[in-house]
Amino acid sequence: MNQIVRFTIDGSECMAEKGQYLVDAAKENGIYIPTLCNYTGIKPKGSCRVCTVKVNGRLMTACTTPVSENMDVQNHIPEIDELRKKIIELFFVEGNHFCPACEKGGNCELQALAYRYKIMAPRYPFAFPQREIDATNPKLIKDQNRCILCKRCIRGIQDEKGRTIFAYRKRSSRVEIGIDHKLGKELSDETAMKAMDICPVGALLVREKGFDIPIGERKYDKAPIGSDIEEHNVSSK
Amino acid sequence: MGQKITIEPVTRVEGHGKVTIHIDNDGKVNQTRLHIVEFRGFERFVQGRPYWEAPVLVQRLCGICPVSHHLAAAKALDVIVGAGTGQGLTPTGEKMRRLMHYGQIFQSHSLHFFHLASPDLLFGIDSNPLTRNIIGVALANKDLAVQGVMMRKFGQEIIEATAGKKIHGTGAIPGGINKHLSAGDKEKFLNGKDPMNIDNMISWAQDALEFFKDYHTKNKAIIDQFIDFPSSYLSLVRKDGALDLYHGVLRAVDTDGKIILHDVDYQNYLKYIDEEVRSWSYMKFPYLKEMGKSAGWYTVGPLARMNTAEFIDTPLAQKEFELFKSYNNGKPSNKPMHMHWARLIEILHSAEKMKELLNDNDLLEGELVTKGTKKNEGIGLIEAPRGTLFHHYKINDSDQITMCNLIVSTTNNNQPMNEAVNQVAVREMNDQKEISEGMMNAVEVAIRAYDPCLSCATHALGQMPLEITLVDHKNKIIDKKRNR
Repeated sequence: MNQIVRFTIDGSECMAEKGQYLVDAAKENGIYIPTLCNYTGIKPKGSCRVCTVKVNGRLMTACTTPVSENMDVQNHIPEIDELRKKIIELFFVEGNHFCPACEKGGNCELQALAYRYKIMAPRYPFAFPQREIDATNPKLIKDQNRCILCKRCIRGIQDEKGRTIFAYRKRSSRVEIGIDHKLGKELSDETAMKAMDICPVGALLVREKGFDIPIGERKYDKAPIGSDIEEHNVSSK
Repeated sequence: MGQKITIEPVTRVEGHGKVTIHIDNDGKVNQTRLHIVEFRGFERFVQGRPYWEAPVLVQRLCGICPVSHHLAAAKALDVIVGAGTGQGLTPTGEKMRRLMHYGQIFQSHSLHFFHLASPDLLFGIDSNPLTRNIIGVALANKDLAVQGVMMRKFGQEIIEATAGKKIHGTGAIPGGINKHLSAGDKEKFLNGKDPMNIDNMISWAQDALEFFKDYHTKNKAIIDQFIDFPSSYLSLVRKDGALDLYHGVLRAVDTDGKIILHDVDYQNYLKYIDEEVRSWSYMKFPYLKEMGKSAGWYTVGPLARMNTAEFIDTPLAQKEFELFKSYNNGKPSNKPMHMHWARLIEILHSAEKMKELLNDNDLLEGELVTKGTKKNEGIGLIEAPRGTLFHHYKINDSDQITMCNLIVSTTNNNQPMNEAVNQVAVREMNDQKEISEGMMNAVEVAIRAYDPCLSCATHALGQMPLEITLVDHKNKIIDKKRNR
């Protein structure tokens, strides 16, 4: 039997299996720790830093930190909330995120987090980078303007033989997601849809799929991000 | 001493414009121009975007009648996805879009009549500007102001029920619509508690018409004589000649009512219409090619629609249409102040149409989208509140927009507005040593009759104070007044 450890998040007593990642352990205890680059079922990367928490006084990424006995976690405190807000704002100014005309609006995790953290306008100046749309793939359109380089598509999408289809290309500030030319051409409809769903923003779009889900019926129209986890918390109490 | 008068910006219109009036050494107005001084870039920055984004992207031109842009773009994309033009959609697709559009016409016209135009009618063109506004209307005639607000609200709620949001929704998609009307919304609009139900809206629309007709009887000078000049008129009409705000063929009549553009398919609009660029305005000047740049200009909007249509297919509006036609002896009305009258007839027509549609079960069930053989080019036209709106797109084989051309309603009315401004300026300001606030407002009343959406035509931002500058022929400022 797996060992159960006890720890606290913002003073609340929690229990989880030893070694479980903090973000998942928190979820099981009805506490939401926001994430962007993390995706259930794929190995965590800790690259976006949105899940940053304080563990025993030190800043750690909750998606890559295993829980241990007597851990003291600070999640929803002004310092951490402000830090996350800054990170989210940086994502917005670093790319070209024009939510009103984005098919992912209402299903977008970045947008949903901006609503959660009540971001009206970013404090940083917009970078307005020159980014390209790659519309050469027969199934997917890649809009680099919206990519936050979370690598979820690289880590989570493979073809039937387990080969990865997406990869980083270029370097430094010019780094972007590339679609394997040969494998990309053979993408099934199902895999293309999965790629669009796994992308937390609107950087990967299934061709000709636009706005067929009405406003009000999209994922975060129904329930704000994290509320499903927090509701569980309320009901369990 | 020659003078140049500048009215900048023009108030109680949507957007930002200015008027310059040149007065020669003898005190005569020798040139008047309505300048649109802001720049729009939508045609350029939709290039490269996937085509299905156009209806939600381009509607951001404006917050007053985004539905018109949303639907015109969707109609153009219907052609691209092979759903045909206008009537190619499923019954649900077309009827939901129509309901959205009538809601839009209803709210936009109500906004214009009650909020923007009624202060001039209630208080007089040269009345105190401090009370000549919607707050003044609310204080002087509470019922009228409340009706205006509630009618707008009703129209906005129809839009929300069909497009998902009151402003900038996503209802129309290439080849159809993305939702049905809910049974709850249908019940609310048909049988909601007074005053928010369709029967009451029809009744209020009739009241507004009665208010106008009563005003007209008592103020013929303003409505009939304030502005009057010959113009051609252009709009969509249904194939049988009925007023149709959503779809039809393109018809133009001259000042006497003779048809000069014979019910043509708007997919060929470039054969008939061209646009001229003039150095002093960011707004282009469209004209009918056959008649040339100087004579080919035309008016669009509610007045044009009354002048091109042969009848209206809803009974109450048809009665009002007959009155309108008989008052003008069956000929086109060349009086831009009749635009208010025409607008009110269209409010009534839209309300009747909404009632008809709300009782139609196709809105509650049925296929939403239809598609066929894809094309690389599509054109969508619609009768927006302010007149005929043209959207034209080309796409490449990768589904990206390569070309976009928009001829916005207000752009079509560019020359007529200049004509109207000139006529009023000449009459009011010739031989006048001092320019009063009332004279300035008279010029604006002429512009306001067209309900121009300058932000739509040019994408403007900013405050809208009124400023007038008098300069002599050496450009030396001799007087400056500023108002709000």
